Amino acid sequence: MATLLHGATGEWEMVIGLEVHAQVTSKAKLFSGAATEFGAEPNTQVSFVDAGMPGMLPVINRVCVEQAVRTGLGLKAQINKVSVFDRKNYFYADLPAGYQISQYLQPIVGKGTIILDLAGGETREVGITRLHLEQDAGKSLHDQDPSSSFVDLNRAGVALMEIVSEPDMRTAEEAGAYLRKLRSILRYLGTCDGNMEQGSMRADVNVSVRKPGAPFGTRCEIKNVNSIRYVQQAIEYEARRQIDIIEDGGTIKQETRLYDARKGETRSMRSKEDAHDYRYFPDPDLLPLVVQDGLIKSIAESLPELPDEKKARLVRDYGIPLYDASVLILEKERADFFEAVAKGRDSKLSANWVTGELFAALNKTGRDVTDSPISAAKLGGLIDLISDNTISGRIAKDVFEIMLETGKDAGAIVEEKGLRQVTDTGAIEGVIDAVLAANADKLAEYRSGKDKLFGFFVGQVMKQSGGKANPALVNELLKKKLAG
Amino acid sequence: MSLDKATVAHIAKLARIAVPEQDLPGLATELSGILKWIEQLDSVDTSKVEPLSSVVNATLRFREDNITDGGQRDAVLANAPVSAQGFFVVPKVVE
Repeated sequence: MATLLHGATGEWEMVIGLEVHAQVTSKAKLFSGAATEFGAEPNTQVSFVDAGMPGMLPVINRVCVEQAVRTGLGLKAQINKVSVFDRKNYFYADLPAGYQISQYLQPIVGKGTIILDLAGGETREVGITRLHLEQDAGKSLHDQDPSSSFVDLNRAGVALMEIVSEPDMRTAEEAGAYLRKLRSILRYLGTCDGNMEQGSMRADVNVSVRKPGAPFGTRCEIKNVNSIRYVQQAIEYEARRQIDIIEDGGTIKQETRLYDARKGETRSMRSKEDAHDYRYFPDPDLLPLVVQDGLIKSIAESLPELPDEKKARLVRDYGIPLYDASVLILEKERADFFEAVAKGRDSKLSANWVTGELFAALNKTGRDVTDSPISAAKLGGLIDLISDNTISGRIAKDVFEIMLETGKDAGAIVEEKGLRQVTDTGAIEGVIDAVLAANADKLAEYRSGKDKLFGFFVGQVMKQSGGKANPALVNELLKKKLAG
Repeated sequence: MSLDKATVAHIAKLARIAVPEQDLPGLATELSGILKWIEQLDSVDTSKVEPLSSVVNATLRFREDNITDGGQRDAVLANAPVSAQGFFVVPKVVE
């Protein structure tokens, strides 16, 4: 397998597990009525519960519980009808109560699975260990003053789902595919916006290395990586670092590390040495959380079509390749766009244009399909012109470029620029005759056996016709003429 | 179960309580005594009893997802020893 790393002593395998913190989409916080909206003025969305004031009691938000159950069902996971909140104790300036309310031994969601979409339409299953609900901490700013840190508690108490995977991934690419797939499932479900830049989805990465087939090695945890690209870079760096240590006769120390994206390296967080001694105990302020069967059933019935189901349906109903389908389903809006284009049209041609030209143009300008400069209806109009032979596929690419710039209809552009494909055999024969007359020497060579010149003649005829001659007709008529 | 000096020092560190070295042996004896007293509970057979996370026979009550709190920055910051520009200000904590 090409997934192994080479070291001085032979090949090594990476073992990767991910813990993702996904911010629950809700109006209010997990245990208080303060708002969750991103970007507010500091400390304006803080209740006394969030500030850890003595005597304040937490009361759980119904929607946060429902969102966790919905996510669990979307991950095909077991829902635990009884779960318990615990206190996770540690001291930090942005954790006012001195503990985080979390779930330890009895999380709300148990084992599930997620299917990764890999290059070439391949898939791979990764286990979900658990999902639990917990509070987010506040935010510390360290760059405002040389000797002090500034603390904003707006985020303190916002509901998070911690989603823990099994150590089932073996390459950085698989870790990337896991995060993309998890993010798209969360977005389809509407339980987390998956916005890594704003910190509403963050990943802790567990990495170890081993000789293929050997028991797991000692792992290191890289905390709070905030983009899929950085996760992949951190994994590559960390695996190489561990291999180098072991091959030099050293041993790996289990520790928490951070990824420095600017230097492209991971380094030890010494302050976290005692961090694993959290002294969890059940929170005496909170009773066990009971989720009724009726609630689970009604959420299960309201689940939308999820990415894997959509992928299967696109392949089945539209006959498009698995890989195209897995590209389209990553974002629901992309799949919707494709279906709007493909409705009543050649679905393979539609998939090619959407995943090819359109996505390339969107990537280049950094836009989402939701603010595509060319609407689904207009792209459909262009495809109609190809299908009814009004224009060739090559001319269509030029028309597409003009549509990008001007936003005009394909039909209007074709009329305006006179790009209508020439399908009149007489006209094409005229062009062919002129080309053959002007290239008598090449014609003689061709007829004496130099077959490769056929391409040259096609090129000349297309050029003379301004690209407008129907390519199939040119081929057919040219063959006849050349034969003499 | 009895606690040694090192364990007491570790617990004190986790709880951010400064304990002078000479106080550790005395605390270890006291804490061990408390643990021994509680350990009398081990003589009860609980093998057929579900672990209990609350002494009240009730389950958690839900709150609706409405914004009913916040917008009280001055009150939130009122007890902070130092604040500036709407933030709590604390001694620098950074990696």
